[in-house]
Amino acid sequence: MTTHLATERSGRRGRSARNPVGRAGYVFVSGYVLLLLAFGVLPTGYAVWLALSNSRNQLVGIGNFTRTFTDYRFGPAFLHIGLYLLVWLASLMILVVLLALMLHGRMRRASTSLRFLFYLPGALAGVASVLLWLILLDPAASPVGWLLKSFGWNTLAQVNAPGHLPVLFTVIAFWTGAGGWIVVMYGALNSIPDEILEAARIDGASTLQIALRIQIPMITKWIAYMLILAFAAGTQLFVEPQLVSLASWGMIPDSWSPNQLSYQYAFQAGDFNGAAALSVDLLILGLACAALVVFRTGLFDRDER
Amino acid sequence: MNDDVPVSSRRQLRHTAVAVLGAVSLLALAACGSADPTPTATSSPAAFKPVAQQQGSEITVWADAARVPGVQAYQKTHPDVKIKIVTYSGDANGANDLQTKVQLFDWAGSGWPDVAFSANVNDASWASQGKTPYAAPVNQGVVSQSTLKGFADGALGPCTFNGDTYCLRNDLAQNVLWYNKKLMDEFGYSVPTTWEEYQALGEKVAKEHPGYLIGTAGDAWSPEVYFWASQCPAGTATGDKKVKVDLQDSKCTRMAKLLDSLIAKGSVSKDTVFSAGFIKNKASRVLMLPGPSWYGQVLFNSTFKIPKGQMAAASPLKFEGDAKNYTGNVGGGLWFVSSHSKNLKAASDLVTWMTTSNAYQATAGTYPAYKKAAVAWLAGQKKTGYFAEDVGPVFQEAAELIWPGWSATQYSQEAIYSSTVIPALNSGKTLTDTLGTWQTAITDKAKSLGYTVN
Repeated sequence: MTTHLATERSGRRGRSARNPVGRAGYVFVSGYVLLLLAFGVLPTGYAVWLALSNSRNQLVGIGNFTRTFTDYRFGPAFLHIGLYLLVWLASLMILVVLLALMLHGRMRRASTSLRFLFYLPGALAGVASVLLWLILLDPAASPVGWLLKSFGWNTLAQVNAPGHLPVLFTVIAFWTGAGGWIVVMYGALNSIPDEILEAARIDGASTLQIALRIQIPMITKWIAYMLILAFAAGTQLFVEPQLVSLASWGMIPDSWSPNQLSYQYAFQAGDFNGAAALSVDLLILGLACAALVVFRTGLFDRDER
Repeated sequence: MNDDVPVSSRRQLRHTAVAVLGAVSLLALAACGSADPTPTATSSPAAFKPVAQQQGSEITVWADAARVPGVQAYQKTHPDVKIKIVTYSGDANGANDLQTKVQLFDWAGSGWPDVAFSANVNDASWASQGKTPYAAPVNQGVVSQSTLKGFADGALGPCTFNGDTYCLRNDLAQNVLWYNKKLMDEFGYSVPTTWEEYQALGEKVAKEHPGYLIGTAGDAWSPEVYFWASQCPAGTATGDKKVKVDLQDSKCTRMAKLLDSLIAKGSVSKDTVFSAGFIKNKASRVLMLPGPSWYGQVLFNSTFKIPKGQMAAASPLKFEGDAKNYTGNVGGGLWFVSSHSKNLKAASDLVTWMTTSNAYQATAGTYPAYKKAAVAWLAGQKKTGYFAEDVGPVFQEAAELIWPGWSATQYSQEAIYSSTVIPALNSGKTLTDTLGTWQTAITDKAKSLGYTVN
């Protein structure tokens, strides 16, 4: 990708190492580092400590992990989240890239307003958008009730059937979260020099070929980046099941997702150590996925392949 | 992969990573304690020892929006008491904010509200537990014995653990048989007195007036309406943190069969009364509905908008083979005094006033648990003229008929029923089919919270 960009960046880097003025950079990042330490690193360290100890502050090794692993809700919660991630990540990757490509190629004239439209739901606070869905999903109250009824779902209880949940949460998450990614992908597509696309077109490449052979390979890193963040956010699913459960008078188990199970541990059983062990499980999962994606796609490589 | 980071710093990074991993795994291996969560504290703490008292200090009161005007009224009549009012969810509709916050305050060692209201009738089951239970045992010199004796029989049951009373009951939610008198007269039906007559009438309604309903099984609180009244041992405390769960008991299966047959016939709905669909399409077709006393104003009047002079209440139903009729209870708020309070006198005085004074309780939305206040409350209900008949005698009778075998537990029977049984009902299974899964769900949940199930 873009040789000149990379060299420019490393050039700047080289300059700052030699030039004392470059130290201003440390001032700029200091605010972020401080917050990262206070709200990111320290809590993580505390969670690891809690996960390895008990309420009497004694070390217990992996006791908390084996204990939560054998909990009857552990398997179902991770199965639920696995199914959800499968549906969510697949639809996110395919639809976001597809929509961004269409915006970039065919609909340049309408693209500004469309980009705004896509982004709009994401601009609402997360919880507020989920609340909106609570109304949309009840066939009796929903403006699209006819659509739900055409699937044969006449009551909220039928819409919320356990088998529908991964897809349901995907729809909500896609609607609230995908808009931002479409805008990011659009930006990524814009960074592809026009000459390359033009050259391809002169060589007789069709739109499909350009998309598959040039555009998508050139934005792989952005897709990888999206994958990492979406995976981490997806494993931490909490608001959607919690709120839909509240709205349906508890029709969704209170420990549907691992994060909810962790919440149950902490606040129903008062077992902060078990809760910490579960969140460390999620941390390890997230890190492992990130490492896999980073190394497989060369996300942090700077030079041209 | 390209090394854009200099080799030396890469090595450094690797060393740091190895060091961190090593430290963590060392910690992980250095196990010397047991991973058991807090060993269940002997939950009968010796005599209650209040913290050092500060006379006249400010008390913090947590209440829900419906109760806050009452606290404000108290403040007006007692201007010398310093009160800080905090409005919170009140744990309504299955929320557990109070427990969540108290867990955090326990962890932090400060911050507990001096007085807290909760709409969750199960809340005393956790508030009375632990090394230092959040709730003060009010019977140990905090609230006078004569006040405690003034509550309806069994009203303080959900507050009582190991012989101590950990809360005062705000209101009762005793179940009665609600019916639409106008429709019943029109159809020429008489109000049933036994569950057998109820079933027979349900079958008749399904044939003669299809679409009309005599009950709902899709409410989260359905087990408390039907199975509690049937004396089903779905959660009977047999000792300290010990419960008996036996849904195969004949007292459970008889109710499951009754409801299954009526669901199949169509006169009992699988929906919940508060769903938008039910309110829109079914509300005017409710002929009878077993349910809590608060259904009268909250459901029929405010939600269903049934006109004045139609709804009436009848005594809880009885099974023909049983000696007497029993009923259940759907909710009913609780008032806690914090065991950590620095001004127990002010806190207990406020709680006593809120639960017993006619000034507040007689005009409250729900049936007071305190007997004298209930009399005044019923007089007020009569004055509204909403009900077709005086509900007073039935409410008072039902208040004393609550079966004591259904215990308050740390887990919510409602949450379990709605996440296990209701989805099964909606997928076409019957209640009888589901009893096994339901039993497992209760047992698993109880065990996960440290209960012994037998």
